[in-house]
Amino acid sequence: MIEAVGLTKRYGAKTAVHNLSFQVRPGAVTGFLGPNGSGKSTTMRMILGLDEPTSGRVTIGGHPFRNLPNAPRQVGALLDAKAVHGGRSAYNHLLSLAQLGGIPARRVDEVLGVVGLQGVAKRRSKGFSLGMGQRLGIAAALLGDPQVLLFDEPVNGLDPEGILWVRNLMKQLAAEGRTVFVSSHLMSEMALTADHLIVIGRGQLMADMSVKDFISANSADFARVRTPETEPASREKLTAALVEAGGQVLSEPDGGLRVTGLPLPRISDVAHGADVRLWELSPHQASLEEAYMRMTQGAVDYRSTADQLAALAPPPPGPGYGHPGAPAPQGWAPPEGNPYPVLPGEQPNPYAQAPAAAPQPPQAAHPAAPQPPAGPPPAAPAPQPAPAPAPAPAPADLTKRDSEDAR
Amino acid sequence: MTTPQPQAAQPATPQAAPQAPPHAAPGYWPGTAPAGGTVGYVSPIPVRKATLMDAVAAEWTKIRSVRSTIWTLSIMVGIIVGIGLLIAAGVNGAGSDMRGTNALAAGFFSVMLGMICVLTLGVLTISSEYGTGMIRTTLTACPDRIRVLTAKAIVFFAVTFVITMVCTALVGMIDTGLLDDQAEFASTGGEWLKVTVGTSLFIALLGIISLAMGTLLRHSAGAITVMLGVVLLPLVVAMFMFTESLSSLRKALFEYSIPMQLSVFYGVSGDDSATSLSGWDPLWIMAIAAAVALGGAYASLLKRDA
Repeated sequence: MIEAVGLTKRYGAKTAVHNLSFQVRPGAVTGFLGPNGSGKSTTMRMILGLDEPTSGRVTIGGHPFRNLPNAPRQVGALLDAKAVHGGRSAYNHLLSLAQLGGIPARRVDEVLGVVGLQGVAKRRSKGFSLGMGQRLGIAAALLGDPQVLLFDEPVNGLDPEGILWVRNLMKQLAAEGRTVFVSSHLMSEMALTADHLIVIGRGQLMADMSVKDFISANSADFARVRTPETEPASREKLTAALVEAGGQVLSEPDGGLRVTGLPLPRISDVAHGADVRLWELSPHQASLEEAYMRMTQGAVDYRSTADQLAALAPPPPGPGYGHPGAPAPQGWAPPEGNPYPVLPGEQPNPYAQAPAAAPQPPQAAHPAAPQPPAGPPPAAPAPQPAPAPAPAPAPADLTKRDSEDAR
Repeated sequence: MTTPQPQAAQPATPQAAPQAPPHAAPGYWPGTAPAGGTVGYVSPIPVRKATLMDAVAAEWTKIRSVRSTIWTLSIMVGIIVGIGLLIAAGVNGAGSDMRGTNALAAGFFSVMLGMICVLTLGVLTISSEYGTGMIRTTLTACPDRIRVLTAKAIVFFAVTFVITMVCTALVGMIDTGLLDDQAEFASTGGEWLKVTVGTSLFIALLGIISLAMGTLLRHSAGAITVMLGVVLLPLVVAMFMFTESLSSLRKALFEYSIPMQLSVFYGVSGDDSATSLSGWDPLWIMAIAAAVALGGAYASLLKRDA
C-alpha cells in the first residue's frame, strides 16, 4: 500500500509535482500514466525517499520509505535500467545489492533465472542491450521478494516476448497480493496489464480510477448501426425510433449511424419494432489510448508542431500551388480544433469536465433531424453544429488553469 | 483549489474501500484481497535485519568487481614499488652518501607519486555511482544513507591501508637492504613504524577526504581535479610567493602542504627547519581534516536529493 498525501515537489521556480494525493493498493496492477515531464519519475523518486518532497508526504505501509524497517525486503524498484555500473557483471551487481539488504546470496541465482539472464550473468553489464538492462533492473527489484514493487517504464526496449513476459509477471505479482505500481507510455500495454490507473498531467492528479471506468469516462462507447443502403427511408425511420427510445443518434459519413445511450439488444428490439432490417449492429469499444489522449491533451508539455518546411522553401513557381503564407502543407495539417471532441452521450469525466464541457453546444445532444445523403463535411466525424470557434479551446483553458496553479 | 475532485473521491480510510468512490463501477479494485490487514504478500525468505556489516560486504563486492579499482591499485603498487626500487638502485649505483638521514628516507618520493592513485580511487568509489545512477539503486536497497557512506569509508580505508602498508614495507626492505651502508643513521624500529603504519594511515585518511570530496561534488573529473589541487597547489603557490610580507603565509602553506606533511614520516626535511611538524603530527592533522570532510559528506548526503 502506497499512500501519497498532498505530495508537492518544487525545483526552484518549477513545480514538478503539485498537491498529489493517491493510494496504490495491494492485489492489483496500478498503472501510472502521464505525458513526458508530468512528474511521474519525480513521484516515484519521492516514494523511494530519493527526493525529499517540498511538502506533503508519501508512505509505504504507513512508513516513509527512509524509516521503513528492512526496506529492501518490503519494496523493490526499477527506476532506470541504465542505473548500473557498466563495468560490473550482472551477478556482482545483484550480489552487492543482496548483501546490502541482508538477502541470502542464493537469491541472486534465483532472480537471474526468473529474468532469464543466467547465460550472461558473468558478463559486464556495459555490453547489455536495453532489453537486457531492463531484465537486470527487474531482477534487482525482485531480489528482496518484496510486497511493494515500483517499475518505471519496465517494457522500454524489450522484445515482444519480453513485453509479454513483463505483462504476465506484473499480473502474477499482483495476484500474489503484492502492490504493483507501473509507469508506462505504452497505452496498449497498460490496457492489457493494469487494473487501475492513476493519471497525472503537469504534476497534478487527473484521474484515479479503474481502467474500465477511465475508458468509459473519457471516451464514448457507441454502437454502429447500418440499415440497407437501398432503403434510405428505413434509415430515417430507425433514427426517429431510436431517438424516441432515448438514444442519441449521429449519422456517419459513410451512411452508418452512431448510436449512444442504448444497449445493443435494445437497439435491435427498437429496429424490430420499427420494422427496419439491420445490415450491421456492432459495438465500438474505445481504446485506452483514445481515452488517455482525450484526457491529457491539455496537459502535454512537449507538443510537436507541423514542420513548417514552407517557410524555408523557395517562392512557389506560380499561383495555384499554395499561398506563400500558408503555415503548413494542406494534406498533413493537424486537424483543426479538438481532435477528440466531447461526444454526445459521453459519460462526463469528473476530473476534466469543467474545461472540456464548456464548448459543448446544447443542441448537439439531440440531433433530431440528421441529413442523410447531404452528408457532413468529410473532415468532421460527427455533424456537430458550430464546432469550435478557435482551435482547441478546451486544451487552452486547461493549460491556462494549470499554469496558473503551478506558480 | 487545483484538484478538488480527486480528494473528494478518495475514501477516507482504506477499510471504507468496498463501496468505492462514487464514480466507480463495482469491479473497482479487481483482485483486491479483503482489505482487513495491510500485508498482502509474505515472502518465504526469512527476513533478517540488514546491518552495517552487510553494507560493508556489499561495498567490498562493489570495489573488487570493477576493473578500474584493480587497475588503479595495480598502478599504485607499480609506482610505489617500481619507482622505489629504481631510486634505491640509482642511489646505490651512484654510491653517494645519504647525509643526515636513514636508508628509509629514499622511499618518500615513490609514495608521494603513488598517492595520486588513492585520490582518484577515493573519488571514483562514490562518484561513479552518481555518474551511472547506481546510487539510486543503492539507496533504494539501503535507505540508511549514513550506513552506505560509512561502509564505503570503512572498505576504502581498509583497502588503501593494506595496500599502502604492503608497498611501503616492501620499499623499506629494499631501501635498507641496498642503502643501509650509505646512510648516516641506521633505521630504528620507531622510524620503521612511521614509514609503514604512519604513511599508510596518512594516505588512507587522504583517501577518505577524496571519498568525501566525491560525495560532495558527485562528479568524477571535478572531484579528482579538486583533490589534486588540494594536494599540489599549496606547495606550488608557496614556491612562487616571493614577497616578504607574505613569508609567514608562505611558510604555513609550505609546512602544511600534503607532500611536506608526508615527508615528516620519512624525516627527509626534519632538521632543515623547513617544517615545524615532527613525529606523528601529520597523522593527527590529517585525521581531523578527514573527520571534517566526512562530516560534510554525511550532511550533504542526508540533505540532498539523490
